[in-house]
Amino acid sequence: MSYRVLVTGADTFWGGRMIQALENDPSIDVILGIGTHAPSVPFERAEFVRSDQNYSILNRIVKATQVDTILHTFMITNSATVPRRAMHEINVIGTMNLLAAAGAAGSSVRHIVVKSSTLVYGSAASDPNTFQEDTVRTSPVRNSVERALVEAEGLVRDFSEDNPATKVTVLRFANVLGTHLTTPISRNLARPVCPAIFGFDPLLQFLEEDDVVRALVHVTRGGIPGLYNVAGDGRLPWSEVASICGTRLIPVSPFSPLKIRPLGRVFDLPAELEDLLRYGRGVDTRRFASTGFTYTSTSAGAVRKFIRSVRLRRQSGRTPASYTYEHDVEQFFRHSPSIVGTGDV
Amino acid sequence: MASGRQVVGEKNRTTAIVPLRVTSADDAEEIDDPRLSDVDEWGRSERTRALARAIYDPLYTKWFRAEWEGLEKIPAAGGALLVANHAGAIPSDAPVIMHGIEKELGRPIYGLADYFFRSVPVVGTLWARSGGVSARPANAYRLLKEQNQLALVFPEGTKGPSKSYTDRYQLRRFGRGGFVEIAMRAGVPVIPIAVVGSEEAMPVLFRLPTLAKALGVPYVPVTANLLAMGPLGVILPFPAKFKLRVLDPVRFDVPPDQDRYSKSRIMEESEGIRTQLQEAVYDMLRDRRSVWFG
Repeated sequence: MSYRVLVTGADTFWGGRMIQALENDPSIDVILGIGTHAPSVPFERAEFVRSDQNYSILNRIVKATQVDTILHTFMITNSATVPRRAMHEINVIGTMNLLAAAGAAGSSVRHIVVKSSTLVYGSAASDPNTFQEDTVRTSPVRNSVERALVEAEGLVRDFSEDNPATKVTVLRFANVLGTHLTTPISRNLARPVCPAIFGFDPLLQFLEEDDVVRALVHVTRGGIPGLYNVAGDGRLPWSEVASICGTRLIPVSPFSPLKIRPLGRVFDLPAELEDLLRYGRGVDTRRFASTGFTYTSTSAGAVRKFIRSVRLRRQSGRTPASYTYEHDVEQFFRHSPSIVGTGDV
Repeated sequence: MASGRQVVGEKNRTTAIVPLRVTSADDAEEIDDPRLSDVDEWGRSERTRALARAIYDPLYTKWFRAEWEGLEKIPAAGGALLVANHAGAIPSDAPVIMHGIEKELGRPIYGLADYFFRSVPVVGTLWARSGGVSARPANAYRLLKEQNQLALVFPEGTKGPSKSYTDRYQLRRFGRGGFVEIAMRAGVPVIPIAVVGSEEAMPVLFRLPTLAKALGVPYVPVTANLLAMGPLGVILPFPAKFKLRVLDPVRFDVPPDQDRYSKSRIMEESEGIRTQLQEAVYDMLRDRRSVWFG
């Protein structure tokens, strides 16, 4: 079977990595990336289209290219990266327009894969120890990123009920750590001191960044529909995470969030981490494992892989090579009649 | 990148390519798991438990001089839900039962309690490390059915320890019978344990409901310990003699994993277990000559 795949957020970390991973798969005929900015990694054969963040041109693209699979990686799961308003635009309005385009009459789309997060479960004292995919969250939504994700998932759920012929996959990823990704958690752990909420030592689950890409490729290639939690095996207390990383925990006051806010700026603690660093979160990953997926790292393994890469970077002074997208050059390599080889140097 | 892995498309590029290893269920090799602590998914740490047992043992053997009857009725393997009567402002029955079972039977036990504890700094963490789990049906099911563990629950909830000394050994309502439903769903027996001594260890004289509301805690008791020992009385129980009697396991003749169980059956079983426990407590009190010496 051949595929024509459209990847959203091609300019973001995950979109870029997904496109690179899919480019290696010869069974995929066409890869289209759409994004709001120029891609940050080079693509070999994928075409890049620039769009605004809520994809007003998506309808035309889908019709014109007849894509059969949409990989929706452009979901913000870290409130520190974008303003509140933009997050709603990207996660909710973006998903809405994407689904509208995919569900239009005569649409060629057969499979939609959405990258979501275990943030949709929240984190509260009243939580069960382990969230199953169908467990409803016990606490009200308390911050903008969780609200946006819960709303976006609601739209996806409605879509899959209205369009039973289209396969819909939602993957809820736990906190990701890895060699290349930067998140508030990774920034904190890479420093000599790291915040902890006094008197709390929550259990957390992590996922290695390569496993995120592998999981998305697994469901895309396998055409696997459904809702799945994706997280590495095992849970570890925050104190243990800190000791694997060799960072010292600095306790901050547990009593008033007002006291944490200014510290939030010093320590890089977005709102969604405040509850997580109190109560943690555990998810059941058996359903995803039953689709035949195997992980390359456990939770603790992901933490160690991450900190080893940090140490290497620190001691070798090497930063990943940067790449600047040049529209004309990319177009030349893809479409000029003069091109005979792959253009690899 | 480790050799021997099948990597799809190997080319030199400026950024690393994710190794899309083609895996099958057969070649699931052991992956590296560099854990440093022994904290399990419930937050329980056997090392912390061992330390807590070492500290608590003098209290268990010398102070309360706990004495068990019918311990052999608790299975050495497999899940079982232990239920007991609950009393004393800061109930000593929970640590005595948990300590006793881990000491005498050598198998771990998880104590189910109100999730309120999780939200208290330090206390919540220590509680979890020493085997505390919040009493949610999903948690109990996972412990009992999927992990074949022992779990201890006090069906009276906070109504037991918050009652005053004048109501001693009068068992409160057993909630809504949730413990029976969970045992039915998990297919495990309920094992009632009657406890005598906990009421006198820390008697509640009266409560301060306004203060409790202001602090956001279930109850604020004024105990005899507080009057007799001052600040020390906040934590130190009186040396009442503890006697514990394990009653016959109650098995429910219903298939596990049903969506719903008959509510009337649940209430009937729950009330039956409450009556049994109440009778056993009265029976033990009839034989007790002294609060302090048994």
